[in-house]
Amino acid sequence: MKTMLKTAAAFGLAAFIAVAGQSKAEASELTLCWAAWDPANALVELSKDFEKQSGITMKFEFVPWPNFADRMLNEMNSGGKLCDLLIGDSQWIGGAAENGNYVKLNDFFDKEGIKMSDFAPATVYAYSTWPKGTPNYWALPAMGDANGWFYRKDWFAKSELQAEFKSKYNRDLGVPKTWDELKQVAEFFQGREIDGKKVYGAAIFTERASEGITMGATSALYSFGFKYETEPGSYRMEGAVNSPDAVKGLEFYKSLYKCCTPPGYTDSYMGEGLDAFKSGQVAMMMNWFAFMPGMYKDEKVGGEHVGFFVNPAQKVAASTLGGQGISVVANTDNMDGALAYIKWFAQTDVQKKWWSLGGYSCLNAVLNDPSFKDSQPFAAQFLDAMAGVQDFWQEPAYASLLQAMQKRLHDYVVADQGTAQEALDKLIVDWTEVFKEEGKINN
Amino acid sequence: MSMATTEDGTAGRIADQAARGTTPAIARRIRGLSDKAIAWLFIAPTILLLLAINIFPLIWTIYLSFTNYQANRPNRPITHVGTKWYQDILSSPDVWAAMQATAHFVFWTILLQTLIGFGLAYLIDRKFRGHAFWTTIILIPMMLSPAVVGNFWKFLYQPQMGLFNYIVSFFTGIEPSSFEMLGSVSLSPWSIIIVDTWMWTPYVMLICLAGLRSIPDYIYEAAEVDRASPLRQFWSITLPMALPFIMLAVLFRGIENFKMFDMVNLLTGGGPGSTTEVASITLKREAFEKWRTGYSSAFAIILFVAVFGLANIYVKALNRVKQR
Repeated sequence: MKTMLKTAAAFGLAAFIAVAGQSKAEASELTLCWAAWDPANALVELSKDFEKQSGITMKFEFVPWPNFADRMLNEMNSGGKLCDLLIGDSQWIGGAAENGNYVKLNDFFDKEGIKMSDFAPATVYAYSTWPKGTPNYWALPAMGDANGWFYRKDWFAKSELQAEFKSKYNRDLGVPKTWDELKQVAEFFQGREIDGKKVYGAAIFTERASEGITMGATSALYSFGFKYETEPGSYRMEGAVNSPDAVKGLEFYKSLYKCCTPPGYTDSYMGEGLDAFKSGQVAMMMNWFAFMPGMYKDEKVGGEHVGFFVNPAQKVAASTLGGQGISVVANTDNMDGALAYIKWFAQTDVQKKWWSLGGYSCLNAVLNDPSFKDSQPFAAQFLDAMAGVQDFWQEPAYASLLQAMQKRLHDYVVADQGTAQEALDKLIVDWTEVFKEEGKINN
Repeated sequence: MSMATTEDGTAGRIADQAARGTTPAIARRIRGLSDKAIAWLFIAPTILLLLAINIFPLIWTIYLSFTNYQANRPNRPITHVGTKWYQDILSSPDVWAAMQATAHFVFWTILLQTLIGFGLAYLIDRKFRGHAFWTTIILIPMMLSPAVVGNFWKFLYQPQMGLFNYIVSFFTGIEPSSFEMLGSVSLSPWSIIIVDTWMWTPYVMLICLAGLRSIPDYIYEAAEVDRASPLRQFWSITLPMALPFIMLAVLFRGIENFKMFDMVNLLTGGGPGSTTEVASITLKREAFEKWRTGYSSAFAIILFVAVFGLANIYVKALNRVKQR
């Protein structure tokens, strides 16, 4: 009996030590969750300074983009404790705020003297506020991003191609300023043989499952004059979503897909685009600014081989918004540590280093610095893009709204079903149904 | 007789040992229970487990199907919507398009797998030289994981470097990159039918082979005495006697393919557009991409009732064939 009691006491002590040790480890640890992509590596590097200053060990959970939303939203909704900090997509903010998944940061910002006016207005609006545009902050703008374009500068500079292009289109082969010009360039390169290899015009987004084709097509739609509502906040979509300009934009995107993409490019997003560009298959690639630092460093197609340009205008200059804010997960066991990280991250010096490492700062002090435009070959384009960004619905029901658009666009652009007008008309029906369920439109 | 005695003796010894091992208190308590109560005592854990992991989720799903619940928005108040989701689903053109895509997939895969599977079983049953080796080779595809098969065929179908396009090009002279098996509206449904047939025909073949080998030789010997031709033997003996096995294979493959998800998701993801969006892909999109938990619960119940109902009708037909 005595032996049994001794054994039980030993097990109890061991368990206590283990639990106490774990609590101590949790208090000195922070887990930051984000997507697995180039900027995440830059953040790991940047966070080493925070570890030195605070004594807190940083852990990272990076999830590939196609699974990022599912994984993180499941994590938060199930009350998981994996993440203390989350760099979540801008569209999640409505749902995360309403469901109490994020900590509201207003009081913390006031206490620490962090001013939202110090950040680019478009990023504060998109990454931090809910309800949109109100001074209710759920995140600190962390990673500015927009959809832009990469092109093979070395191919564009070839004298024989320059001459041929000029004789054909009566202008220089250069960075396209409009979508019409972009299509001409793409057609020019499509099927051409360069350095003994058949190449294609452009890699654009056509992915069906997550958000790809919506992010790609809206890059054209916004430039052609597409709007979500006739008046912001009215949820009146008739005449905006399916306006003649929107129809033209969608028809254009389909024509670009049909004329100038590589074979088999029916379900492609950022990863497929990067593969096509890096393997020398395409002359131009639509993709996020976030990939530009990595591409510029690429041994094969980086440096002098690559150039960057902002999304072309047509009727208006506009770019599809990417990027994210950093939020504190309400369920964290280390609230103080998480807030300390936000405070540290908001500092000007840290933001400058963030930009130098390959992250995209949203801080005015970094963006308005006179040396910023020349600091990287894509810096000036980034400023241009951020001046005209437009984002998808940021409603709590964004997932249903996004999936409806994915379906209607893919059905029309890739599967050749119906007309652009029909696709956008059906989209209004889908979205109206969602907003009725949400109580935003009366039945 | 002696064997039974031995078995009785062994069982008796084990029972005696068990009785000696039981503490008197427990033994007293058990002695006070009826046979029925003891039977319930033994099956209760299994029933509780079944209730917890099968019956409760089913009842919960039925409940959710009458609400507007969304799993990604747990704080949203749950309201009862009556039969709205059932009405919406049954009147939705998109759902019917998905059911049509499912029917197309199920019909053609079953037809091809049954024809090819039975044909292969018939050949293997001849017991030619090396038939064991060929049986093993034929069985390989069904032993692979659907995830491996999906990715493997995705590369084969790649228009610029895929082997499939090159083989088609070799026999037809068509430019390999001029057609896309997975990206074309007309070809993509067939691309998944080809892969499913490649993978699961061996399974049908195995069941048919079991059927063919269960036919006694003396029936064929009697038919030969009666001078029945090989064709006559096939139609009058082989096919009718193997039919219950063929029908069983059709039932298994039918149920499996009705709820097919993994391979379609890997190969086309339901695209291009919604061309290969079978019912299970639609269900996944509603449940885990749009997060319409109530709606998707109703859809799951409709699919469950459809599969359960069709399978029941089919099993009755199968029993009738067996009794003949």
